[in-house]
Amino acid sequence: MDASDEFKGQKPAWCPGCGNFGILTAWRRAMADLGLKPHQLTVVSGIGQSGKFPHYTQCNTFNGLHGRTLPVATGIRLANHEMPVAAFAGDGDCYGEGGNHFLHAMRRNINVKLFVHDNQVYGLTKGQASPTSVVGMKTPVQPEGVLSDEMNPVALAVAMDCSFVARGFAGDLDQLAELMKAAMEHRGFSLVDIFQPCVTFNRLNTYQWYRERVRPLEAEYDPGDRVTAWQRALEFEDTIPTGILYRHERPTYEERVAALAAGPLVKQPFDASKLAAAFREFY
Amino acid sequence: MDYNIKIGGAAGQGIQTIGDTLSAVFARSGYHLFSHQDYESRVRGGHNFTCIRLSDTPVYAPRDPVDVLVALDNASIERHTGELSSDGKVVYDSGGLKRKVDDPRFVDVPFVRLAEEHGGRKVMANTVASGAVLGMLGVEVDLLVEALTRALKHPTPEILEGNERAARAGHSYGVEHCPDCRFAVSGRSVRKMVIEGNQAIALAAIASGCRFYSAYPMTPSTGILNFMASKAADYGLVVEQAEDEMSAINMIQGASFAGVRSMTGTSGGGFALMVEGMSLAGMTETPVVVVLAQRPGPATGFPTRTEQSDLLFGLFAGHGEVPRIAFAPGTPEQAFRAVNRAFDLAEKYQVPALIITDQHYADSRWTLEGIDPETFVYNDYRVGGEAFAELPEYARHSFTDSGVSPLAVPGDAPHLVVTDSDEHDEEGHIVEDAETRVKMVEKRLLRKLPLIGAEMEPPEHYGSDSPEVVLVGWGSNYGVLREAVDALSGEREVAMLHFCDLWPFPLPARQEFLEVLRAARTAICVENNATGKLAWLIRAETGFEFAERINRFDGRPFTCEGLLEEIDGRL
Repeated sequence: MDASDEFKGQKPAWCPGCGNFGILTAWRRAMADLGLKPHQLTVVSGIGQSGKFPHYTQCNTFNGLHGRTLPVATGIRLANHEMPVAAFAGDGDCYGEGGNHFLHAMRRNINVKLFVHDNQVYGLTKGQASPTSVVGMKTPVQPEGVLSDEMNPVALAVAMDCSFVARGFAGDLDQLAELMKAAMEHRGFSLVDIFQPCVTFNRLNTYQWYRERVRPLEAEYDPGDRVTAWQRALEFEDTIPTGILYRHERPTYEERVAALAAGPLVKQPFDASKLAAAFREFY
Repeated sequence: MDYNIKIGGAAGQGIQTIGDTLSAVFARSGYHLFSHQDYESRVRGGHNFTCIRLSDTPVYAPRDPVDVLVALDNASIERHTGELSSDGKVVYDSGGLKRKVDDPRFVDVPFVRLAEEHGGRKVMANTVASGAVLGMLGVEVDLLVEALTRALKHPTPEILEGNERAARAGHSYGVEHCPDCRFAVSGRSVRKMVIEGNQAIALAAIASGCRFYSAYPMTPSTGILNFMASKAADYGLVVEQAEDEMSAINMIQGASFAGVRSMTGTSGGGFALMVEGMSLAGMTETPVVVVLAQRPGPATGFPTRTEQSDLLFGLFAGHGEVPRIAFAPGTPEQAFRAVNRAFDLAEKYQVPALIITDQHYADSRWTLEGIDPETFVYNDYRVGGEAFAELPEYARHSFTDSGVSPLAVPGDAPHLVVTDSDEHDEEGHIVEDAETRVKMVEKRLLRKLPLIGAEMEPPEHYGSDSPEVVLVGWGSNYGVLREAVDALSGEREVAMLHFCDLWPFPLPARQEFLEVLRAARTAICVENNATGKLAWLIRAETGFEFAERINRFDGRPFTCEGLLEEIDGRL
């Protein structure tokens, strides 16, 4: 038996050939490599095809509302910062509906790992444009082509000084599993934006389209330099770099919250004996 | 003895400081007080006031006649002089207002000059004003000095001494320059507890084991956020200012899922953004407590004023059929109990619980004899640690007779804790089949509701046992209704029915109040809204229709005199 079998969940309800299968395989492998047990981590997901992800592996799960993965994940971390927490979201989920939460999670540097299934289209609602759809792409709702310019999530993350910014591709399992492990082991908020071809609704950004463009960052690339990271994050033409674009460490939010120095909130017993002092103040 | 002190001025002039100081002195002297605030949505300027009612018997509500008006601006004189009682006085500083009023009711106290001469600082003018009021009332000055010392955060000896001299100078001036003051303040008694509405909610939350509070600031709920933040260090709380209200209500569900009691607070507009979260808590059976501190709507409405228009919004907010609990406390005593029960019942039944208040409750202040922290109930309904590990198997949403499934702390055992906003099976995984759907709705909604309903208490019945006149209300109108009953009781049989427990609506077995309503000659539903939300709810739940309603929706609270006049017109 393969160690990653321990992270096998329900049979996925995704379309055959969906890029999500690659993400799932890489995740199982990463979890097994990290030596984690399913109950030792929590996965939060939202709505979209990515939202079903935790059911297809083994983990504590909070599959919440569209766009709200990061607030739930933040709440879990603040209540129990010994529990590794991963958030799985889609491009519409995280960059559209939950865009504000994305900005503030990076500001807080809450130690949550965000994996975005970025297929540049809305899959669950059948083919409308997403925030990362390229300008001009025709959809049932944008028959003349998408009018708004596409969002560049990794450049945004570098601009926000996100402490770990990576881009992966569901067609490169070895690299993706390594990126996932690196993100999980990083101390601080981590974004892994994963190109994930939607074989049903995105006829533009196909496996072939990505394969022709994605190029792993050079071995000598230094992700510690923010200015270079900014330049590389902007590359989205003939070649698109994958790998760890930017990485630096700074105190996590959990480390900055005073009450958590005494250990995870959930492990701190409720001490009713201290209450008398609280009431005394009002006399 | 029943005196009403009104302090009026522009925002930023120190109305609050004088109000806080006088309240502290009165509470420490053992008097009963009730104070409330009227302020505009601005940081500087405008016209605001605070009223402090002082008595030797418990008081609960605002009164109209003013006995002492402290006028820090000209608008106070223009707007409030007409409210003076027959022996009422206006205290003002003609130098500061650049206006001398030739009227025997006006006592000119040079706040600024005395502050500079005796305290050495102009800012101590408010201390002089507080001293002058106490001097006119005949309350000893030592208590003021003590209260000022307690209130100063980092006092230097110089500031302490300056304040004391300023307080004594103001006090002497008040005694000497108001020879015809006829105030007779009774002797001191046992020191009282004094607390604001929002503080009572926050304190009760901490005493109920709340460890995580996340909110986006919004008047009139912000006082809770401030209080929780100020106590975070002392009581090991995590207080997080969320980026928006959607985040706040989702964050507290994450914390609750991880095993920590959590709360958020907002007003109507913020609650509108939390509605999806109410639904989520119902579906995932995640216990949370949400404070909905109402203000007048629609939209931004009157941001700093009071209204009771969101009762039905609160009770029915959330897409789908969502079980919930709702309380509307009207006094700090009711709030202590309601918040404690909200935390207890939310966790016991794994549903969201609402505390519905309003600006009038949130910003008012009461004295109480005290509260014993031991009266707070703390039952940990979660399964964690070894108890969780010892379970042979675990399913987060397992079917049980009560509909309540074990709520486990994830990570404490190899069992997985899985929940979903999609319809799910016992283990928490997504399903599509009709059979599971029906069983789940029965479990989380239909089985729980009667059990929660049995926990709900009937309205508080105050006054005559067989009243001919019944005054009915909820939330912050507790005080004014109770005082109306007292005022009318000499003439006729009167009673109040006050609803604090609002949802699930008290079950038929606990609807004795319905007989009281039906037997009365006149039943009046009194609410701060235009259309009668409680009257609607009572009719929907019992069929009883009020022939008389009194509705105030100008953003201001009822006063004792104003309500009695309205009642008089209906008898």
